[in-house]
Amino acid sequence: MSVDIRTNSVKPIRNTFAHLARRFGDKPASRYQEIAYDVQSEVNFHYKPLWDPDGEIYDKRRTAITMADWYALKDPRQFYYGSYTTTRAKQQDALDRQLDFAEKRDLLRQLPEEVRAQIVFALLPLRHYEWGANMNNCFISAYGYGTAITQAAIMATTDRLGMAQHISRIGLLVDGNSGESLTRGRALWIDDPAWQGLRRRIERLFVTRDWFEVMVAQNLALDGLVYPFFFQQFDKHIAASHGTGLSTLTDYLLRWHEETAKWVDATVKTAAAENEQNRAAIVGWFLAWREAGIDALKPIAERVLGDAAEAALGAVAAQLDARAAKLGLKV
Amino acid sequence: MAADGDLKPIKKLSLKENYALLTRGLGWEPTYEKKEEIFRTIDFEGIKIHDWEKWEDPFRLTMDAYWKYQGEKERKLYAIIDAFQQNNGQFNVTDARYVQALKLFLNGIVGLEYASHRGFNILGREFPGVGPRIAAQMQAIDELRHATTQIHAISHYNRFFEGMADFPHQFDRVWYLSIPKSFFEDAVSSGPFEFIVAISFAFEYVLTNLAFMPWMSGAAFNGDMSTVSFGFSAQSDEARHMTLGIEVIKFLLEQDPDNVPLVQKWIDKWFWRGYRLLALLATMMDYMLPKRVMSWSEAWTIYYEENGGALFADLARYGIRPPKYADVTIKEKQRVSHEMWSIFYSVRNAVGFPVWLPSAEEMDWFSEKYPDTFDRYYRPRFEHWRELEEKGTPFTNMTLPQLCQVCQWPCIYTEPDDPTEFVHRETEYQGETFHFCSDGCKDIFCNEPEKYVHAWLPVHQIYQGNCFPEGADPTAPDFNPLVAALQYMGIKPGVDGGLMSQHVDASRWEQWTSRPANLHEGAITQAVRKTT
Repeated sequence: MSVDIRTNSVKPIRNTFAHLARRFGDKPASRYQEIAYDVQSEVNFHYKPLWDPDGEIYDKRRTAITMADWYALKDPRQFYYGSYTTTRAKQQDALDRQLDFAEKRDLLRQLPEEVRAQIVFALLPLRHYEWGANMNNCFISAYGYGTAITQAAIMATTDRLGMAQHISRIGLLVDGNSGESLTRGRALWIDDPAWQGLRRRIERLFVTRDWFEVMVAQNLALDGLVYPFFFQQFDKHIAASHGTGLSTLTDYLLRWHEETAKWVDATVKTAAAENEQNRAAIVGWFLAWREAGIDALKPIAERVLGDAAEAALGAVAAQLDARAAKLGLKV
Repeated sequence: MAADGDLKPIKKLSLKENYALLTRGLGWEPTYEKKEEIFRTIDFEGIKIHDWEKWEDPFRLTMDAYWKYQGEKERKLYAIIDAFQQNNGQFNVTDARYVQALKLFLNGIVGLEYASHRGFNILGREFPGVGPRIAAQMQAIDELRHATTQIHAISHYNRFFEGMADFPHQFDRVWYLSIPKSFFEDAVSSGPFEFIVAISFAFEYVLTNLAFMPWMSGAAFNGDMSTVSFGFSAQSDEARHMTLGIEVIKFLLEQDPDNVPLVQKWIDKWFWRGYRLLALLATMMDYMLPKRVMSWSEAWTIYYEENGGALFADLARYGIRPPKYADVTIKEKQRVSHEMWSIFYSVRNAVGFPVWLPSAEEMDWFSEKYPDTFDRYYRPRFEHWRELEEKGTPFTNMTLPQLCQVCQWPCIYTEPDDPTEFVHRETEYQGETFHFCSDGCKDIFCNEPEKYVHAWLPVHQIYQGNCFPEGADPTAPDFNPLVAALQYMGIKPGVDGGLMSQHVDASRWEQWTSRPANLHEGAITQAVRKTT
């Protein structure tokens, strides 16, 4: 038997906010739309920022990119804070089971010493790469234009801190919680010649003032090389002779990168399609940072993959170029 | 290869050790670029930091813990918001006057949360230390959370009531919303240290209870399940933000004695700026909540005089004294909400929500809560205005007010020692005269005149012809500049403001709920008598 509950239904006088109705018509808006669109102030700013006396608090001129509507840069994942945190929490629950499994079985500690040393050499300096990426994404959320981009960028910022912490955990699984691998990773990042190319590029991004260039450089070009290189190529290299223990822990990073790439790609593609000047600027940035990234990875690749380095890097670069082509960045 | 069983058991880590390992040491001293080119904005204010590592992160929250903890809170919150919407919870609030308070909240506060998100983003990028940067980033995303959940909690009301639909448009343009807007833009346009003292300490730590308590308790008292659930959910975030506020202040004061006078100057400024902003809250608490939580005077006594007193006694060992003009706030506490409501009532045709005169019962409550002032100064005024309303000639003021150059309120406050005399202060700068509502605001201007001359003062802008909708023709014979200015602001003349008893929210409320729109005044439509 079904029971019809009679509810007091009242017809609303409007279905959504006026600024959303102007964009999408008067129909119920999604929770993403309610926060992503138009919440940032646009006009009638009161004071000149002491940290940028020639600009406004929110200023479209902090990038060479121009957009008729900055809200075209929407996030295809439609993340708002609630969906973002619940998604990450769920992923973290799954990851915790992997970490627990790896710890109980000593999956990484049981690897031969030279393999553990290789993992430390290849992965632990990436904690600092992630911390740099955290800072660069925070730059985008600080100086970007429009709620849509700043909210996605602060999520990317906290994500990168999370990734740095996850890599730290891999280190602790290798060193049995002594923290030695973290110390070693830090020393490599700061002093080892093989890692200096990448650190130099990350520091270069710290003084790059155009936030969209930072977006293209960090999130498309560098990440588009670093993630596939370390978490596909290097991981495959370890797995080939030592099983997939490490893969169970790096898979999370790879999946995170695939998911975030949807946002990065949509943002870059939309901006590039907006006008020819945008496209030219983005192509210029992309090419320069792609080159820089390949240069930076070469010495690391040679150290960890030896003769296989060139092929691995070539595969990674081809993957990135195919992705760029899809974004309209004809190279 | 290590064989099974050869390995020593893994050392168990405490939470503290775990956090330290996962987080500390992430940063490094840059060598390829100059540090001052990377962190460009931390020197110009004159604050001296010798050791960023001395920053004790009070939370030690790793991202995985943050996601899980916050994700769980979000799940619970949205379950309630969904249920609220499904059951038309908007009709369960006390009466339609309560909804008017929500309009102030959505139109005036959400924009601040977003601005706060941006301010903390800047700190999350610009602070050189790992600990403070992480703390700022977490607050940046928390503030985004608050903007988001406030919109979602109140969104459903917008479908049934006027005056909320264009909240971002109004935040940028409406004359009285320039008060909150300018407050936060003042903070965000400052240097990073002033921002964190202003927002994390002066606002979050000293004053946030006064901002949070009345809105959220008001929501609870008046049956607004959606907004109060937001409040409960945000409470633990606010607790973290307050802790950050006190940590920041101690860190700055301990780093160098030269920081003390700078911090004191900012405390003075931002206490006064925050206090003036809270006048909006005072008004809401005393006049707009159909069921009252406590009076503004009581709230100020508990949350500033008692709690704040203890705080500043504790900070005395650093050489910090209570904020300048705190004595004035105590003198004003018996007056401020009444002075404010009088202004809103008299300019009601130019505001985005309807107003009403306090009922006989409400005035008795005021007499009890404000024994030194209400019967003497304000009751006679409201009784006179009621007579005029009954005669069909309600008092109204069509003149645009003189705004204070700093806080942007109309200059409506009275002399600290004479409630019958308006305060007018002025000063000259570069050949122009600038006006202020108080000595506190005048001091702020005089310390940084080059900043405050840029203030976007709505009344000045209207008179300069900068507030007309696109396509308006000021030379047309029937051009009405005030109507044009309201249209520019997103206020619908004849719909949004005016008297509650004539407002469309009130008549709709009675049709929908069969309950009076103002529970103290009786029904204004026949709908209340219907039983089906």
